[in-house]
Amino acid sequence: MSVDRRDVLLKGGRLLDPSTRTDAVGDILLRDGKIESIGGNLNAPDGATIVDCTGKVVSPGFIDVHCHLREPGREDVETIATGARAAAAGGFTAVCAMPNTDPVTDNQAAIGFVLKQGRAAGAARVYPIGAISIGEKGEQLAEFGEMVGAGAVAVSDDGKPVVSAQLMRTALEYARAFGIPVADHCEEPTLAAGGDMNEGIVSARLGLKGIPSEAEEIMAIRDILLARRTGGHVHLCHMSTRGSVELIRWGKDRGINVTAEVCPHHISLTEDEVTGYDTNAKMNPPLRTLDDVEALREAVKDGTIDVIATDHAPHHNDEKEREFSEAPNGIIGLETALAVNITWLVAAGVISLETLIDKMACAPAKLFHLEGGTFRKGALGDVTVFDPTATWKVDAATFRTKGRNTPYQGRTLTGLVSCTVVDGRVVFQR
Amino acid sequence: MPPTSSIVLSAKALERTVSRMADEIIEQNDGAEGLILVGIQRRGVQIAARIAAVIKAREDVTVPLGALDITLYRDDLQTVGPRPVVGRTNLPCDLEGQRVVIVDDVLFTGRTIRAALDELADFGRPSRVGLAVLIDRGGRELPIQPGVVGKHVEVPAGGRVDVFITELDGRDEVVLNVTEHA
Amino acid sequence: MTPTTSSVLGKDLLGLEHLSAEQINVILDTAGPLKEISERAIKKVPTLRGATVVNLFFEASTRTRISFEFAEKRMSADTVNVAASGSSISKGETLVDTARNLEAMRIDMVVIRHHASGAAKFLAERIESNVINAGDGTHEHPTQGLLDLLTLRDKLGDLRGKRICICGDVLHSRVARSNIWGLTKLGAEVAVCGPRSLLPNAIGEMGVQVFDRIEQAIEWADALNVLRLQLERMQAGYIPSLREYNRVFGVTRERLERAPRDILILHPGPMNRGVEIDSDVADGPHSVILDQVTNGVAVRMAVLYLLAGNKPTLATAARGDA
Repeated sequence: MSVDRRDVLLKGGRLLDPSTRTDAVGDILLRDGKIESIGGNLNAPDGATIVDCTGKVVSPGFIDVHCHLREPGREDVETIATGARAAAAGGFTAVCAMPNTDPVTDNQAAIGFVLKQGRAAGAARVYPIGAISIGEKGEQLAEFGEMVGAGAVAVSDDGKPVVSAQLMRTALEYARAFGIPVADHCEEPTLAAGGDMNEGIVSARLGLKGIPSEAEEIMAIRDILLARRTGGHVHLCHMSTRGSVELIRWGKDRGINVTAEVCPHHISLTEDEVTGYDTNAKMNPPLRTLDDVEALREAVKDGTIDVIATDHAPHHNDEKEREFSEAPNGIIGLETALAVNITWLVAAGVISLETLIDKMACAPAKLFHLEGGTFRKGALGDVTVFDPTATWKVDAATFRTKGRNTPYQGRTLTGLVSCTVVDGRVVFQR
Repeated sequence: MPPTSSIVLSAKALERTVSRMADEIIEQNDGAEGLILVGIQRRGVQIAARIAAVIKAREDVTVPLGALDITLYRDDLQTVGPRPVVGRTNLPCDLEGQRVVIVDDVLFTGRTIRAALDELADFGRPSRVGLAVLIDRGGRELPIQPGVVGKHVEVPAGGRVDVFITELDGRDEVVLNVTEHA
Repeated sequence: MTPTTSSVLGKDLLGLEHLSAEQINVILDTAGPLKEISERAIKKVPTLRGATVVNLFFEASTRTRISFEFAEKRMSADTVNVAASGSSISKGETLVDTARNLEAMRIDMVVIRHHASGAAKFLAERIESNVINAGDGTHEHPTQGLLDLLTLRDKLGDLRGKRICICGDVLHSRVARSNIWGLTKLGAEVAVCGPRSLLPNAIGEMGVQVFDRIEQAIEWADALNVLRLQLERMQAGYIPSLREYNRVFGVTRERLERAPRDILILHPGPMNRGVEIDSDVADGPHSVILDQVTNGVAVRMAVLYLLAGNKPTLATAARGDA
C-alpha cells in the first residue's frame, strides 16, 4: 500500500440512490475522494481499491444526525474514535455528535476538539452539534456563530428539552442567520418527571412511573408553532407517538419548516419489552404502544418523518445493571440501525429500500446541509455497501462500540453492511 | 410377574381389631381416666375416634381426642421435593401430667412417631406417652416400640400396606400390595 | 403416601401477578393450619432448623419486618436483619454487589424490601437463594396480598363473586396491585375507589371497576381494603389536603352505617387515623385488621415452608425416597 490513494471502484452492485433516481446494477467509481462516474464495466485507475459488490446494494453513505459519542467526559463508555468506528461498521459515513458531553460542547474550542478527534479516528466523519444554551442549562444562548464557524452543523440541547418557550423562540430566530436546524428533545419536564417508561397498562402493572405521550406532544406542537412564528427550522428529535406524528403533519400541511426524525427502536419495539424490568429497553423517549409504532411506520412511509437517526447512547454495564428506576436512559444503535430498519420497514413491506436510503442518507444530508448523501458527480466519495437479505444474530460483544446495551441482543436481523467508504477510503470491510 | 394384592383386614375384621385395641388400652391404663388419644394425621385421627367410641361404650368415659400433624417435624423435608401438605394440629387440653396414647394407622420406620414425640414435647409434659397402631409392618429404623398393635403384617421388599377407612376413602379395609421381582 | 402440594412455587415469591389460582390456594391452605403454632405455649416448629434467612430491608419497616422475623423464628430458622442505614448499602453498595455477597455467605433465603420496582426480581435473577418480595417500589407486596386473601377467605368463604373494593392511593400502592391480582385470580369482583389523580390512568385495563365516590363503594362491596394515604402525596400535589381527603373519601362510621350489608374493613397498616379511616371504624365491629396481622405471620410461615428446600438439585437426587 503506497501513497494514500482515494480512488475506489465498486463493481457489480445494485446502485441505488433516490437523489439521482439511480437504480441499476453496475459500477461506481470514486476518484480523489469524490464521486466520479457510474456505468457498466468501468475501468479502474492504477492503484485504485476494487470492491466486489456482486449481490449487494451500493448506496450513498448513511448519515446519522443524532448520536452520542460521550467524549469529552465519559471516555470509559465511548470515545469519538470508537464511536466513529462503530458508525463505519454500521454503514454510516458520517454522524452528528450531540453536545451533552462533559463539559458540554457549547463553544468553538469544544467544537474544534470534536472535529479533531473525529478526523484522527479515520473512520466515519464526525460533525459536531453545538449546544443551544451554555452548559445546556437552558438559560443563556451559546455562541451559534462561533460554533458554526468552527464546524458545528446544528444546535441542540439534546439529553434535555429546551424548557423555556422564550429561549426556544430566540434560538430559532437567531439560528436563521447561520442556516442551521435547531433540534429539540421534546419532553415537558413536569409531566415526565420521575418517569421510567411509557405511561400505560404496562407501567401500571410493573409499578413504574410512566411518561405520558402528552409530554412529547405538548413540546412538539410548541416547537412547530414557534417555527411558524420565527421562520426558523426546527428539527424534532426521536419522535415516538402517534400524536406527535399528527402534529407534524399539521405543521407540514401549513408549510411550516419542521423536520422530524424517528429512531429504529421506535418503529420496531413496544413498551412490552420492559416487562421483566430489562434496562436495555429503557430509553428516553420510551418505547410506546403498538399503535404508536404503527403510526410512526406510516409516517416514515408518507414522508411526515424525514430521517431515521440512531440516538446511539452507550452506557457502562455497571450503570445499566441496576434496579430499573436507577438505570440511565439509552441504548446503542449504530451497528444495528440498518438491520432493524430493513427487518421492520423494508422486509415488512412498509417502505421500499429506496425510501429507506432516502431516510438514512439523502434526506439527512439535505436537511442538515451536509455534503454527501448522493451519487451526483463531484459529491463526497462516501458510499455504503450492504446485503439487504443477509441474516445475522446480534451479539453486542462483537461490536466496535464500547457499549453493550441493546435490546436486540440475541435476535436474528436482516440486513448486513459489508463495506463502508469515506472520502474515497475503505474505512470498514467485513 | 404381576403385582398381587391381598386383604389383610376386611371391614368386619378391622372393627374387631379396633375393639380389641381399645380394650388393651383400657387394660394397660387400668381404666379410661386421665387418657388422651392423639391421632396422627391423617388416618390415625379417625382410628383414634373409633377407639374413643369403643371406650365410651365400654367404660362410659369420654376420652379427649387430639389430632397431630407431624409434617413440620419430619426429618426428611430438605430432600423430599414438592412440599407435603400441612394438616391441622389440634390438641384439646393441656398435656401436663396426662397419659397420652398416640394412635396411627401404620407403623413402619418409626420416624413419624419420633416426629410426633418431638411435637408433643413442644406442647407440654405428659406423665406418660404410649403408642397404639393398627398395623405394625416392621422395618424399624429407630428404637420405637408400640404398646398396642392391631395386627402384625410381614411386608416383602417393594410391598406396601394401605389402610382405607370409610370417613376418608369410602370403605374399611387394609390391603397388602406386593410388586413381584423376578 | 403423604399428599404433596402439586403446584410447586418455584424458587422465589416475587408477586401474585404470575401465580395461578391453584398456587395461591396452596399457600392459603398451608397457612391455615400454621396459625395454630402461634397459639401454642412453645411457638416453634423445627421445620427450618439450620436455614439462614436474611431480612434485607432497604426501606424502613417495622410491622412487615417483625412479622417476617416471627415467621422465620417460629419455623426455627436463623435470621439476620440488614437495615438500609448504617450498612454498606447506605455507603452506596450496589444491589448487584449485595447479592453477590449474600450468595458467598450461602444464605438460604432472602426477604427483600426495596424502594425500586423490580428490585426483588433483580436480586432473584442473580442469586440461588430463595427470594421473597416484601415490597418492591410500587410493584407488588405478595405476602400482604396473600394475608388479605386469607383474611377475606376466612370471613367470606369462597371468594368467587365476592365484591372487594380497594380504597385510596392505588397509583402508588404495591398492596393494591398484589390484591388486584390475587383477588381476580380467585374469581372475586374487584373495584377501586379514590381520587382519579391517585389511580393509574390505565386502571380500566386491569380488570377492575372504578368508583369515584366512597359511598358508591360502600353500597357495592362485601369488603373494603383501605389503603394508607401518605403525606407525601399531598405534598406532591396529587390531592389538595388530607382534610379534604377524609371529608370526601374517608371511611367513617356514618358512611358505613348506610351500608346495605355487613362490610368487612381491612387495612394493611400503619393507619392514618382520621385520614383514610376513622378510629371508630378501625376499632369497630366490622374491622378485621387485627386478624390480618395474625394471618400475616401464618402466611409468611407458609411461604417460607413452601419455598425452603425447594432446591431442584436436592429434590431430584432424593427422588424415589418414601
